Amino acid sequence: MIELPTLGWQSIVILVVFGVSLLIATYCTYAERVIAAFLQDRVGPDRAGPFGLLQPLADAVKLFTKEEFFPAGANRALFIMGPCLAMITALMSSAVIPFGNVIQFGNNVFNLQGIEVNIGMLWIFGIVSLGVYGVMIGGWASNNKFSLLGAIRAGSQNISYELAMGMSLIAILMISGSLSLRDITLQQSAAGEWHFWNIVKQPLGFIIFLVCAFAETNRTPFDLPECETELVGGYHTEYSSMKMGLYLFAEYVNIFVASAVMSVLYFGGFNFPFQYELRDWLVSNQAWELASAQNLISVLGLLALFGKIFAFIFFFMWVRWTLPRFRYDQLMRLGWTILIPLAIFNILLTGGLLLAGVIDFGVIK
Amino acid sequence: MQSLSNRAKKLEAKPMTLAERAYLPAIFQGLSITMRHFFRAATKKQVTVRYPEEQRPFSPIFRGLHVLKRDEAGRERCTACGLCAVACPAEAITMVAGERKKGEEGLYREEKYAVSYEVNMLRCIFCGLCEEACPKAAVYLQPDKMAPPRFERDEFIYGKDRLVEPVDPDARSIRGIQLTPEQAEALRQKTSGQLA
Repeated sequence: MIELPTLGWQSIVILVVFGVSLLIATYCTYAERVIAAFLQDRVGPDRAGPFGLLQPLADAVKLFTKEEFFPAGANRALFIMGPCLAMITALMSSAVIPFGNVIQFGNNVFNLQGIEVNIGMLWIFGIVSLGVYGVMIGGWASNNKFSLLGAIRAGSQNISYELAMGMSLIAILMISGSLSLRDITLQQSAAGEWHFWNIVKQPLGFIIFLVCAFAETNRTPFDLPECETELVGGYHTEYSSMKMGLYLFAEYVNIFVASAVMSVLYFGGFNFPFQYELRDWLVSNQAWELASAQNLISVLGLLALFGKIFAFIFFFMWVRWTLPRFRYDQLMRLGWTILIPLAIFNILLTGGLLLAGVIDFGVIK
Repeated sequence: MQSLSNRAKKLEAKPMTLAERAYLPAIFQGLSITMRHFFRAATKKQVTVRYPEEQRPFSPIFRGLHVLKRDEAGRERCTACGLCAVACPAEAITMVAGERKKGEEGLYREEKYAVSYEVNMLRCIFCGLCEEACPKAAVYLQPDKMAPPRFERDEFIYGKDRLVEPVDPDARSIRGIQLTPEQAEALRQKTSGQLA
């Protein structure tokens, strides 16, 4: 039975997460352009506001005021549904990410998390794999061969890489024994040290997951669905105005979610080094109450998680402006003949190490 | 086949090593290169010139917008001989000559002067041959001014109102846009009023 204050708190958190995802996606467009510029010895947008910080606003105004174009022979309903689906699925997946530990007001204890469910990881992967429908439907409804080709590529690419991604996760599940993202995070907090983070136990799994995350978010070097040189704009060739904007936004929200998931699964989520030492020091030496010390740790942990997320977002952009795009057959070969066997090998390796007792199951402190 | 330039390179199709096939070392190499550029752009001065605020310095021998010079007494030097128009390869210069009347000795240095003198800045190629042809050192291509962009083609035909050097050289132009005599006069009055 969900208590009323909990329900109210959860809706607040969901709303805040919704707003924060959109804000981050907005400023990702700005960051992408600045980072691209810096990596290429350019300046980047610096005209709108100080350091060009109002550039996303200007872009939004531009997108909203552009002509809404419907191609002849397009299926209107599906054409509108495509970007909506892409955006909805992108936003839904952030609901289960634990952004911080508990916060205590008096007798009420609140989670800095939208919904705590014991199938958090399944939820995210279910929703993320729905995301391809937005692309497929948009590409199909455009009545354009380039869009259709882009959609087909998106479909086959996402299915291929979801396999390897799921298998790299199985190794994590073998260690954690839980699908709840909160449990997985708390297991990595044992003693609050970085070497309890899953990246230490699962380096191979992390690399597989990272490569697959690039493919799932359709980022370079795997951005074949929207590959400009071959397919004009891929699945969003025929889109204009804010429908185009929704597709672009969905991509950035997906990057945000993928970064958050990687931080939670492999980099300790909201844990940061020496957190318990800091709490105990505050309680014993500074005469803080345990609750307020824990609240401070939670807030710092929230900032730590966002630091990790931003680092990953930067990495996504860094890679995009460094690597060229794969050829389609290379993409498929990498997915099916390299990543999936590697992921299976990783499962076997993890199982062997678990049996041998070299790495142990996570323990919640 | 014999190579024509003798610079052809012999290539061998060696099988790739494991490190090359793994692709990851090459990725990290590429990432480190772009990261170097990132820090260079973030810390060092960028080569980009933010144009309206910053301007690249002109070369000292740059040939820009024409000016019709005055002599030390403030008289127009041009005598409307037409040599500049003859020398002009783009046929950008036209002029109408007139005879100096009595009492105009303070305005024009020679007995013959240019009643109108027009340079079409869209035809002009800024070669400087008019400058070389002028026997009176009257035409001069300024090293620090360009013909500013305009909306209409006829605005690029510069008459004497915009070509003749103003008496007060400070009031000649504002931010590269040549002032009309009325504007220059208004500016001069405004600034002298502030000084007084």
